[in-house]
Amino acid sequence: MVTQVTSFSRNGMSDWIVQRVTAVLLAAYTVALLGIVLLQGDMSHGDWQALFSQTWMQVFTLLAILSTCAHAWIGMWTLGTDYIREHYFGSGADGIRLVYQVFCVLLLAIYLIWCVKILWGN
Amino acid sequence: MQNDHRPTNVNPSDLAAFAWPITALSSILHRATGVILFIGIGFGLYALDMSLSSEEGFESLKGMMTSPFGQFVSWGLLSALGYHLVAGIKHLFMDFGMGETLEGSKFAARLTLFFSIVLAVLAGIWVIQG
Repeated sequence: MVTQVTSFSRNGMSDWIVQRVTAVLLAAYTVALLGIVLLQGDMSHGDWQALFSQTWMQVFTLLAILSTCAHAWIGMWTLGTDYIREHYFGSGADGIRLVYQVFCVLLLAIYLIWCVKILWGN
Repeated sequence: MQNDHRPTNVNPSDLAAFAWPITALSSILHRATGVILFIGIGFGLYALDMSLSSEEGFESLKGMMTSPFGQFVSWGLLSALGYHLVAGIKHLFMDFGMGETLEGSKFAARLTLFFSIVLAVLAGIWVIQG
């Protein structure tokens, strides 16, 4: 067995369970947000701002973006190790995969910071 | 001695030569929609930022999202989310040992495509109605 140094958990079982727990939370967030928007009907800026100024919604949104970061990392890591291999990319595959993984982590970090700023910075 | 003609993994360029059973289609779509959403989160955060920033931001976002291009992007992202969600639910059922036979996984893939198409149509109607 090869231990992938770039797998944060270094453990497939942990990745597996994290992927499912975050998926369920994200599904719940999606259904909740969609439900609120559909039930409310024509939403004004005031309604929208009031929704996102409530503590439960802020906490739920923070949990959703944290889940997104973990979920997307595991997914994108899987794609990277599945497809960015020497067989397809030649001898530079490890370097290309590293650049790809750094890009994924940076983008997710930006998403997280951006979301925190939206929720509490404005 | 290594045999140079031993079978190895397929090259992406050979993929066109393969038949795509519905289970393979369902699997690759789950991955493709995941990548779309990975980028799409950026659009979502941009929209959330704009909508919460001010009354003017909220109204100009509404304008953007009701333009034909905005409608197309919104519909595309909602449909990708719908597919990824339905395929994810299928995965959870399979984690409990359901639909693991060849016939079962074909049926599950068909159900996934069916529900995601329904969601994509509903998303289209929603987006067009504004």
